[in-house]
Amino acid sequence: MSRRRDAVVRRGLRHIGRAVREQPGMFTLALLASSLYGAMTVASAWVIGEVTDRVLLPSFDDGVTTASALTLAALAIIGVAVLKIVGILGRRLFAGVMSYRLQAEYRRRVTGQYLRLPLSWHQRHPTGQLLSNANSDVESAWFFVAPLPFACGALVMIAITSVALVLTDPLLAVVGLVVFPLVFVANIVYSQVMSPRMQRAQQLRAEVSEIAHESFDAGLVVKTLGREDGETARFAVRADELRDGLVAVGRVRGLFDPMMEALPNLGTLAVLLIGAGRVADGATDAGELVSVAYLFTLLALPIRAIGWVLADLPRALAGFDRVTPVLEATGETPHGPDAAAGTPGGAAVALRDVGFAFEGAEQATLHGVTFDVPAGRTVAVVGPTGSGKSTLAGLLVRLVDPTDGAVLLDGVDLRRLREGEVSGQAAFVAQSAFLFDDTVRDNVTLGGPYGDDDVWAALRVAAADGFVSALPDGLDTRVGERGASLSGGQRQRLALARAVVRRPRLLVLDDATSAVDPAVEARILDALRGSDTPTTVVVVAYRQATIALADEVVWLEDGRAVARGTHDELLARVPGYAALVRAYQQAEVPA
Amino acid sequence: MTGGLSATAARTEGSLATLRRGLRMMPEFRRGLPATFALALLATTGRVVVPISVQQVIDRGLGAPGGPDLDLVRTVVLLSAVVVVVTAVAVYRMNVRLFRTTETALANLRVRAFRHVHDLSMLHQQGERRGSLVSRVTSDVDQLSVFMQWGGVLGLVSVGQLLVATVVMAVYSWQLTLLVLVCFVPLAIAVRAFARRLVVVYGVVRTRVGDVLAAVAESVVGAPTVRAYGVRARTAARIDAAIARHYRAQVDAQKVTAAVFVSGEFVAALANAAVVVVGVLLGLAGDITAGTLVAFLFLVTLFVAPVQTASEVLNEAQNAVAGFRRVLDVLDTEPDVRDPAVATPDRARQLPDGPLGVRFEHVAFRYAPGARPALDGVDLTIEPRRRVAVVGETGSGKTTFAKLVTRLMDPTGGRVLLGSDAGGWVPLTDVAFASLRSRVVMVPQDGFLFDASVAENVRYGRPGMTDDEVAAAFDELGLRGWVEGLPAGVATPVGQRGESLSAGERQLVAVARAYVADPHLLVLDEATSAVDPATEQRLTRALDTLTAGRTTLTIAHRLSTAERADEVLVVDAGHVVQRGPHAELVDAEGPYARLHASWRRSSAGEPEPAGLTP
Ligand SMILES: Nc1ncnc2c1ncn2[C@@H]1O[C@H](COP(=O)(O)OP(=O)(O)O)[C@@H](O)[C@H]1O
Ligand SMILES: Nc1ncnc2c1ncn2[C@@H]1O[C@H](COP(=O)(O)OP(=O)(O)O)[C@@H](O)[C@H]1O
Ligand SMILES: [Mg+2]
Repeated sequence: MSRRRDAVVRRGLRHIGRAVREQPGMFTLALLASSLYGAMTVASAWVIGEVTDRVLLPSFDDGVTTASALTLAALAIIGVAVLKIVGILGRRLFAGVMSYRLQAEYRRRVTGQYLRLPLSWHQRHPTGQLLSNANSDVESAWFFVAPLPFACGALVMIAITSVALVLTDPLLAVVGLVVFPLVFVANIVYSQVMSPRMQRAQQLRAEVSEIAHESFDAGLVVKTLGREDGETARFAVRADELRDGLVAVGRVRGLFDPMMEALPNLGTLAVLLIGAGRVADGATDAGELVSVAYLFTLLALPIRAIGWVLADLPRALAGFDRVTPVLEATGETPHGPDAAAGTPGGAAVALRDVGFAFEGAEQATLHGVTFDVPAGRTVAVVGPTGSGKSTLAGLLVRLVDPTDGAVLLDGVDLRRLREGEVSGQAAFVAQSAFLFDDTVRDNVTLGGPYGDDDVWAALRVAAADGFVSALPDGLDTRVGERGASLSGGQRQRLALARAVVRRPRLLVLDDATSAVDPAVEARILDALRGSDTPTTVVVVAYRQATIALADEVVWLEDGRAVARGTHDELLARVPGYAALVRAYQQAEVPA
Repeated sequence: MTGGLSATAARTEGSLATLRRGLRMMPEFRRGLPATFALALLATTGRVVVPISVQQVIDRGLGAPGGPDLDLVRTVVLLSAVVVVVTAVAVYRMNVRLFRTTETALANLRVRAFRHVHDLSMLHQQGERRGSLVSRVTSDVDQLSVFMQWGGVLGLVSVGQLLVATVVMAVYSWQLTLLVLVCFVPLAIAVRAFARRLVVVYGVVRTRVGDVLAAVAESVVGAPTVRAYGVRARTAARIDAAIARHYRAQVDAQKVTAAVFVSGEFVAALANAAVVVVGVLLGLAGDITAGTLVAFLFLVTLFVAPVQTASEVLNEAQNAVAGFRRVLDVLDTEPDVRDPAVATPDRARQLPDGPLGVRFEHVAFRYAPGARPALDGVDLTIEPRRRVAVVGETGSGKTTFAKLVTRLMDPTGGRVLLGSDAGGWVPLTDVAFASLRSRVVMVPQDGFLFDASVAENVRYGRPGMTDDEVAAAFDELGLRGWVEGLPAGVATPVGQRGESLSAGERQLVAVARAYVADPHLLVLDEATSAVDPATEQRLTRALDTLTAGRTTLTIAHRLSTAERADEVLVVDAGHVVQRGPHAELVDAEGPYARLHASWRRSSAGEPEPAGLTP
């Protein structure tokens, strides 16, 4: 138990060290400003004392005063105040900037990881939780930084005051300074009690955010099934748990704060009590006791400032502990040194004994898939729902890496290619089109070097030019989150145009034309394959017209490439294939 | 975009009004306040008593004319110690009360805002990005807690402390008291300006937080696209830009905060200087004694401290106002598609029993004022028990039609009714949601699944089903083979948004979910577009049998659905241009014949002549 307790404090101190190391400049500036503030706080009390002794009392004693003396007094008071203000401004600004910079920096790092980590990692982590990591956890981790320089400055103040105390009356000083070990012990106990509560609170925050995100994401389903009450109840359960968690935190914090306030006060009173005895004994004189007592009242503020930092440490650690796994997560896709062949025209694709299992899945999704797509050719991948077509398509553009075997592009293993090579050569249109909350133009170019003419040409090929030109702002129309202001087919067409505009050497279409007229689909394929340097196309499809455009068909069943051949060959040879692609004609027979 | 959450821009409400309105929404918080204030008052008294008694000990006890008066010192010190302890206990009690009441109030506020988001219409919901919506029920609410747990009470206590200090000061010297008050007048005047500025900068911070969350959410949900197109750097740049804007907003807010805080400090120094100068002059005129002046200087510090606290509180208050506004924006947004059972209970009606028909009377719909109508002049009746297919080009208005039937949106012109000739027709706007949602169910284009098991997701359509019943439902739908192929049957987890299933499998679950809800009117919007044709045929044939006697409205790109339907509606550019059974339409001149011919060719495997595009 005591080791763990110790650990919280040690880790807390290390965390403080981390903040200082990351922002040494700002910290130093804030510390200097805090020290100025601390010095001026002492100075202002001293100035009042001096003014009292040298101006005020003499004036009353003598019954006269001079204008210059009064002016000097006023200026001294105001001058010190101005310096103090400079200190406050500096402390607040620099400490604020330090804390905000740390927040921004860690948000960048965390979100950078989100972009770097593989899709399998994403599937394990709910979006709401990732939002909470990037937002409230990062904020919690660096919240304590705002009062940190103040507290460090306060240490200086404490040191100065302690020396002054010892010089004035060592015994009284010892009596008073007993306060510090007490403060320390109080903090250790506090950290120990607080840490688990804080961790739980941060965890619950993330869960509340998770439910909110999922539930809002599901808005349409919730509405169509009339489940608003159920969702609210689900959210309320977590919101109430979070409430209880925060109340539990509050109970400890609510005790710690007044204790930190009371301890210095009690210290002062103890000094007075014992000091009075010593004055009576003649061991010290009243004047000295007064200054000791006064110095002590000055200590109350820095001790509270230190209390603020210490009080926030458990929360900081709870937040940081939730951020750390994201920052330390590995599994970033490694890239090799090779460049793609880069010859004009289609890329040659080869799958060599490719196997794939999703993380944590008992059975593999793909087993020993081997086939070639020669440069410039078109291959259709056909198979029942859930047979592994999308998984296969994702492997071709290296959304995931195979568990076994290899995928080759122009003879080079995708894993050996440099970063950016695969996406530079290949374009992938997913089954459900994903659009960014951005303009039509940016959704097509994705920041690539394409002019408006290129964009319009691509839109024309994807038969999206008609509806885009009817949009209020044409290419500059924002499409809403995930393309909410477009119909499903319109989204799909923009996603197709995004692929077409790149003139890729390899185009992978994962059932991406389900809502697009066959004529449009034919035109897209024509545009890409019709040139002298035709694009290689792998298309996942169910429609016979699409399949008929392919040079070869791969029939996928339960993750195995069971058969290959032309459409007609497969129709003749593979009953499952015939049943699938002819389902509509057969349906008509009884009619 | 249409919709969007209310009018922060149009709001002219002052900060105090916002606070008052916000607090009115939290009765749990207000109910506890009197007792909390009593404790706070006790605590304040304690805080004032300690420095005064220390002062007294030093002045009277140690500095007593005949040498230190030890008895006095002991008595006062012991009394003070008692006061310190009592104060600490009072503060502790107050804190615990505050934490309990505020967290309770905030949790309820969170839940209310959450519920309200679901009560908003689909278009309103889409008007704001989800990440940003999430921030409105999470971090924006969190912003309120600091003020409510610390600032609010402390602010009022400070006012109390200020009054006490003023009274005590006035007892010593009314002239000097007046002087101090005059010094603080400019500050009091400036406060309003400060407050306005603060609420603006904090409002910007809150908005930027929402932007960051939205940018992050987009990159996380769109991770496959980001990867496939190698746009990681660009996406990172967008997120970083949002983070940088948030950072700048924070720094701006900090500048204003610091400025507000130091102005109090400066005025305090002015007051001190003025008291010294004027005090000496008054003393020379014989109005006050040296002792009074020294004591007064000490009292001024008691007056200044709460002023500084108050400026801190002002900061927190404005921060809370900014958070409140984001939450109130949600609560203030009137749901434009309202449940009549809530809005106008006396007009709310139940749907008549039995199969339902649909009637459109001169219906028009525009997504935004001034936009091209997505649907126009639709006038039709679909008799109960009919199996109707809705076909048309993409973007012609089919989904819009479905959303009007299910009242996800209200028409901008005309009206939609449900009912039957026997049971009478009820305007959709009068149908209580409880009745509507249990009788009319739609499977939307992208059927969202929750991060739970297959069974859990199906149960969403009919709570209380057992796993066996769920499995039986799949069986009825001809999907037994599929369920048996899953690693853990219906207990298989589907992952976030159902992403551990293939897209077609997700659709199967979504259809099953709607099927078990047992609606009298089932609307399928491209509900099986990603399912392979063989499975689809099996599923739709099963559905046909199972929903016999019910009304179904099916939107599909695959015209096999239209071939089997009792009736086909052809939508073109927002108009219903053709209507009738497949057999009639297919031979008639018109868009349906064209659509059908094209589909036949494509499903029969004849390549399309490339020139023939619309
Ligand atoms: N992320 C995942 N985790 C576990 N299993 C998955 C995941 N994605 C897909 N699967 C499973 O892998 C199989 C193949 O999926 P997919 O390739 O999408 O099929 P389809 O042929 O319909 O495109 C399905 O059974 C699906 O349940
Ligand atoms: N939320 C929206 N905001 C603005 N316009 C929309 C929105 N949803 C759809 N539209 C537009 O309305 C028209 C009809 O869309 P929709 O009914 O979805 O077509 P579909 O026939 O493909 O289902 C399209 O032009 C589309 O761009
Ligand atoms: Mg798929």
